[in-house]
Amino acid sequence: MKRLFLVLCTVLAMLSSAVYAADDRKSARVPLPAFKANTGKAEQCVEPTKVMRRDHMKYILHQRDQTMHQGIRTTKHSLRNCVDCHADAKTESVLGKDGFCESCHAYAAVKLDCFECHSALREAGSVTAPSSSTVRALNVSQQKAGESAGATGSRQAKGKKP
Amino acid sequence: MSINRRQFLGLGGAAVAATALAPGLRLIELAQARSPEEAVTSLHRWGLLIDASKCADGCTSCVDACHDENGVTGHNRPATDAQWIRKVTLKDKQTGHVQSLPLMCQHCEHPPCVDVCPTGASFKRADGIVLVDKHICIGCRYCMMACPYKARSFIHEVTTGQKAHAPRGKGTVESCTLCVHKVDRGDGSTACADACKKEGHQAILFGDLKDPGSEISKRLGSQPSTQLRADLKLNTGVRYQGI
Repeated sequence: MKRLFLVLCTVLAMLSSAVYAADDRKSARVPLPAFKANTGKAEQCVEPTKVMRRDHMKYILHQRDQTMHQGIRTTKHSLRNCVDCHADAKTESVLGKDGFCESCHAYAAVKLDCFECHSALREAGSVTAPSSSTVRALNVSQQKAGESAGATGSRQAKGKKP
Repeated sequence: MSINRRQFLGLGGAAVAATALAPGLRLIELAQARSPEEAVTSLHRWGLLIDASKCADGCTSCVDACHDENGVTGHNRPATDAQWIRKVTLKDKQTGHVQSLPLMCQHCEHPPCVDVCPTGASFKRADGIVLVDKHICIGCRYCMMACPYKARSFIHEVTTGQKAHAPRGKGTVESCTLCVHKVDRGDGSTACADACKKEGHQAILFGDLKDPGSEISKRLGSQPSTQLRADLKLNTGVRYQGI
């Protein structure tokens, strides 16, 4: 009986040490991206967050071809709209270590080609001059959100989740 | 509420009249302005009319304005730096008469750059503006060789500080876009035309070649003008006077 107990103890000790080792390794190797979801300009993204996380590239690709070849310049799914909303408040950019685009792309190890040609900086005056009705609607909802304090805090906490 | 037969027929007649009017109304609306959701159509053809006799020798305000508007920057290497528009000086060797004119993409109806492009990156929009889709440009530079006006440039080096409306990147070809972002916005002018007007020369006029009421169409209809290399039958969107 005593022998069985000892064996059990040994097995448990080995298991727990293995688990701890794995945890340590995980956090050391892949730090989670520390971006802020948005900079308080709009309450919500143009599509649900779940959809955007998986499919944002499809929306941008579709809009890219429409804008380039047909001159359709709606702002809802445009790269410019992404940058204007998600650019960091300090650096005014979506790139950089904590930048909205770069931090997540670095975490996912996906090459980010857009900004080799496109500007990664928020356009001056873009906050006050939204041209589409969608953005205007978003601004209105943001103002309403600003009146009820506390919404911003919970949004940022949500955004920090991977 | 109930309606009798006569009222019903009256309402139907009104509906028919409204739908018959609608296409006409839509045409007028298109001619005035296009909303951001609407695709460009071949109802327009954008072009320029350049009066070389009004173009001042030594003035480069159109070139500066273009490069400023579109964020075209170089590295002080004139042989390889991008130029969307350049000043060309012509000299008559017999008389010594010197003339200067701006030269840019001529926005041909039958563009050779589009013919030779292996990927479809070089294309002509429905409204006649010839553009490079840099997303699919592989930088082969066939279009640069095909263009009889030497209007295109290749970007050799990593580019920074681009304008939001004019993305530019290493390994792609670019040229005058006829200020397509301004056209789509409905500004009704280009940076070069604005700058020339500001300088007081008024040598560059932007307009719709398909609109018989536009100033450019009226002037083309009443005054002599030429296409550069008209022998190539490219039907350019940029026309010249006084050369």
